[in-house]
Amino acid sequence: MTELLRINDLKVSFKTDDGLVHAVDGVSLTVNAGETVAVVGESGSGKTVTSLSVMGLHKKGQAQLSGSISVNDHGTFKDVISLNDEEIRDIRGRAVAMIFQDPMSSLHPFYKIGNQLAEAYLVHNRGKKKEAMVRALEMLELVGIPEPKKRAEEFPHQFSGGMRQRVMIAMALMNSPQMLIADEPTTALDVTVQAQILTLLEKLKKEFNMGILLITHDLGVVAQVADRVNVMYAGRIIEEAPVDDIFYAPLAPYTLGLLKSVPRVTANNDRLKAIPGQPPSLINLPVGCPFAPRCEYKEHSAESGCNTTRPELLGTSATHRARCHIPESLRQELFAKEVKELLA
Amino acid sequence: MLKFLSQRAIFAILTILIVSAVVFGIFSILPFDPAALTCGQRCTDQIISANRIRLGFDKPIYEQYWLFLSGIFLGRTYGTGSAAFTCPAPSFGYSFNENACVTNMIGEALPITISLAIGALIMWLLVGIGLGIIAAKFKNRWPDTSSSVFVLLATSLPTFVTGLALLIWVSIKWKWVPLSLSGYTSLFENPFKFFQYFILPWITLAIAYAAIYTRFTRAALLETLGEDYIRTARAKGVGERVVFFKHTLRAVLAPIITLAGLDFAGLIGGAIITETIFNLPGLGRLTLRSVYEFDLSVLLATTILAATVVILMNLIVDLFYAVLDPRVRIT
Repeated sequence: MTELLRINDLKVSFKTDDGLVHAVDGVSLTVNAGETVAVVGESGSGKTVTSLSVMGLHKKGQAQLSGSISVNDHGTFKDVISLNDEEIRDIRGRAVAMIFQDPMSSLHPFYKIGNQLAEAYLVHNRGKKKEAMVRALEMLELVGIPEPKKRAEEFPHQFSGGMRQRVMIAMALMNSPQMLIADEPTTALDVTVQAQILTLLEKLKKEFNMGILLITHDLGVVAQVADRVNVMYAGRIIEEAPVDDIFYAPLAPYTLGLLKSVPRVTANNDRLKAIPGQPPSLINLPVGCPFAPRCEYKEHSAESGCNTTRPELLGTSATHRARCHIPESLRQELFAKEVKELLA
Repeated sequence: MLKFLSQRAIFAILTILIVSAVVFGIFSILPFDPAALTCGQRCTDQIISANRIRLGFDKPIYEQYWLFLSGIFLGRTYGTGSAAFTCPAPSFGYSFNENACVTNMIGEALPITISLAIGALIMWLLVGIGLGIIAAKFKNRWPDTSSSVFVLLATSLPTFVTGLALLIWVSIKWKWVPLSLSGYTSLFENPFKFFQYFILPWITLAIAYAAIYTRFTRAALLETLGEDYIRTARAKGVGERVVFFKHTLRAVLAPIITLAGLDFAGLIGGAIITETIFNLPGLGRLTLRSVYEFDLSVLLATTILAATVVILMNLIVDLFYAVLDPRVRIT
């Protein structure tokens, strides 16, 4: 397995008038060729900040980064955090490409689709205009846009939302990057189009052996395409596991809470089971487990101190780890019952 | 495209017709006897009634309006026999105060106002957009702060202060730009004299407008820089300079041009204060003089001209916008 991305102990903080916001607090994860790694979490959990860090897309002078982000640039690993502007620019779109949440606003309204695609190629292959246009048409064809020649001459506003996201994907593929970051790629789309885009991403992953870092808050999307999952909460990964384990044997109370809060057609009670409370302020995190104030299983770990120490990311299995003070065996037992109810 | 153009043209003509009718109507109900205004202090009733007939003020209002309209296309002859005189088409009437056809008076004033407006426009666009770009590029650093000082000063100083200050210091005290006593010289005749004649009025007008454009450009650039499509461009690996000067500036240009077109149209109507300070015999001064002297035919003509320019500039701006922004492009 080729490793494409290795994030190690990434910390990102932003200066604000109220104090330092610790948006990402020690995140480590890897993405290998041919797999989709999902990062799941609610708004403000740090998932988008993590993905923007990989591209070096934070506003200059605003974000403070530490740790390392190693990107595999066709065989050589480069640490994005220590690169200068020009070196990061060289990686963007070529080694790692990114697609965004809102395809309606992610394309420049004044330029033709074909030219916008070609530009992505031209910034890394100066002067090869003809080649760029040919490649643009190929990519449009590849992502399933009918009549690419005609469509390339059109402007973004002449495309539907789903088509625009396809264009964004085509643009990301212009330089055949090994790694694709998809930041909530389907959030702004309606459900049927969502499925098409996800299928397309799956197809590309298989065809080009790409690694995909999928940022989402939608567990349905995760279930459909992810191979491995990282659940984020308050800037940290609170559970990491292969996708099946996340859904069938979660080990973090927060993950279970997320699963329970998914609305279900079969459920006959009409209230949603939301996680009580609010995510903590990222300026003043609680001393103990950041999730403790909202955790309904806290009483099971009276002696281990949810309110005094931060739990480490631990697990008996090498691939499945979670941050929780409750003994793992007890959690397995407690959560198994709930999952069974959910699946019933 | 052709359909759009002809639609807009018809609409423009209709608007101009309505505007002219309204203006004409207003002037006809003013409590002045236009015929009495045509002669000086030693006036007799005979002269007044003779002039009334000569100028057609004895006819009903709709007929007067019709004569006015047809005069624009056919020219107009006043009086009969040996006393007759003609204002050739396009005729906007006859000014008794000046004893001249209104068209000729406007013809003399218009080049001056247009030169003033175009020069000032170029100047304030260059300065305004330039400073706006610098301010946005160095947001919250010293170039940005000093541009805010300029903006604050320029917007708070009225043109009669900046104009007079320029005139007193630059022209009279320091003698950098000599006072032009010879009057207006056209650009093609003597470019040097032309620039000498207009440079201070241009600066006076441009200062006020440049400040607004600096602010507008800065704000629009900063807002656009936060757009998703700018992030997309960066994510493609586009360099920061191209992101700024191609992707961002392109999006900001369209609203700036709209603004510029309308401001320009407003100036053609006459920059009365600036023209007065620098003694430029342009449309603004002409209008002002005709207000003082109740020179109704001139006032009517300048009002209609100003309205026409605004309508035309609106049309031009719309066409330009369609070129710049594909979302409003007409197919």
